Amino acid sequence: MINKQVANAKEALNGLTDGMTLMLGGFGLCGIPENAIAEMVAMDVKKITCISNNAGVDDFGLGLLLQKNQIRKMVSSYVGENDEFERQMLSGELEVDLIPQGSLAERCRAGGAGIPAFFTPAGYGTEVAEGKEVREFNGKPHILEKALHADFAVVKAWKGDTEGNLVYKATARNFNPMMAMAGKITVAEVEELVPAGTLDPNEIHTPGIFVQRIFQGNTFEKRIENRTTRKKK
Amino acid sequence: MALDKNGIAQRIAQELENNTYVNLGIGIPTLVANHIPKNINVEFQSENGVLGMGPFPFEGEEDADMINAGKQTITTMPGAVLFDSATSFSMIRGNHIQLSVLGAMEVAENGDIANWKIPGKMVKGMGGAMDLVASADNIIVAMMHTNKKGESKLLANCSLPLTGVKCVKKVVTNLAVLDILDEGGFRLVERAPGVSVEDIKKATAGKLLIEGEIPEMSIN
Repeated sequence: MINKQVANAKEALNGLTDGMTLMLGGFGLCGIPENAIAEMVAMDVKKITCISNNAGVDDFGLGLLLQKNQIRKMVSSYVGENDEFERQMLSGELEVDLIPQGSLAERCRAGGAGIPAFFTPAGYGTEVAEGKEVREFNGKPHILEKALHADFAVVKAWKGDTEGNLVYKATARNFNPMMAMAGKITVAEVEELVPAGTLDPNEIHTPGIFVQRIFQGNTFEKRIENRTTRKKK
Repeated sequence: MALDKNGIAQRIAQELENNTYVNLGIGIPTLVANHIPKNINVEFQSENGVLGMGPFPFEGEEDADMINAGKQTITTMPGAVLFDSATSFSMIRGNHIQLSVLGAMEVAENGDIANWKIPGKMVKGMGGAMDLVASADNIIVAMMHTNKKGESKLLANCSLPLTGVKCVKKVVTNLAVLDILDEGGFRLVERAPGVSVEDIKKATAGKLLIEGEIPEMSIN
């Protein structure tokens, strides 16, 4: 057994420095590594590139790093929930690379899977295709998309063991498994950290081989972005 | 009378086929789920990682870990499954989803769609829309016929940055149902209750094809 456990977010992010490229799991505020993000704010790491499907909201998630101008560049698919983001982008302070969500997921997966690039139909004939190789397969044009890699991939899981094996809950899985594969150093923060051998090997989503450091988060606010309910009849 | 957003959703729901997988975009498309015809069984996919999406949870039963692509709290139906984003887009890109319904800012008479960016003003991003429109065989756009300034959203060519090319098959608006022909042009299929062909002509900037009597939609 290889023990990947570290004490806290601070230890997990040791070696994270200005200018690095990070992947951060999550969809909206669901399944984001809240404890690691709080630590990045405390570390005051600057000029980072964040690969993340979304950019949080003004006062939570990656919005906390945007507020302090810690992010130089965002690579995302949808950023519509963050006013500060839109302001920084339209003013030119923040560099933004918007890519189709499926291409983003697959580019992360490819990065972790040793596939340097792939062809996809998504984005053909749009701004996304500018400067990219186009090739026809089965009579349909596709564009070449390259794999993404990160100095640190920071993911959030429901349960994990000291070996780094991870289990996600519900739709908090989203980008976390692909990003976990694509980090030079992958940090996993979990709600519950258990000894290796405790999780059922049949039910592990991310094999621990992809994870270098794992810690149990102190607190999880798990903020709901858009609370929708119905009344009991 | 032109339809409201629920009316548009209700008309689109009539297009649902039995035992199919359907992806609904954010906005009007989400409302389609409230109008599924009786005897029609469909499973809704949400691209953040759920197939078999159910209604909103009862008050007090919301789970922050269980949301749809609109970040709304949801529930799942019996037989539902949860998965990661790469698997989700394998379903979409691999053409395992039979119908995709999404909103748009502009649709062109050749089936081009624009719905993610207004240069210099609004940039929300394309989310999963580019993957969806590039691969789904059947794409229905749900939108208002004109924008807030009263300008047509059904055009000869899109003026905004494109989301996809030659992909939209059908448009359902507050005024009409229109098919997009392979050779180009909006073929008028139905009118909203009380809306005249003249009204639709006035509100459509792209090529409009009108053949014979145009029936009125049947909306409850």
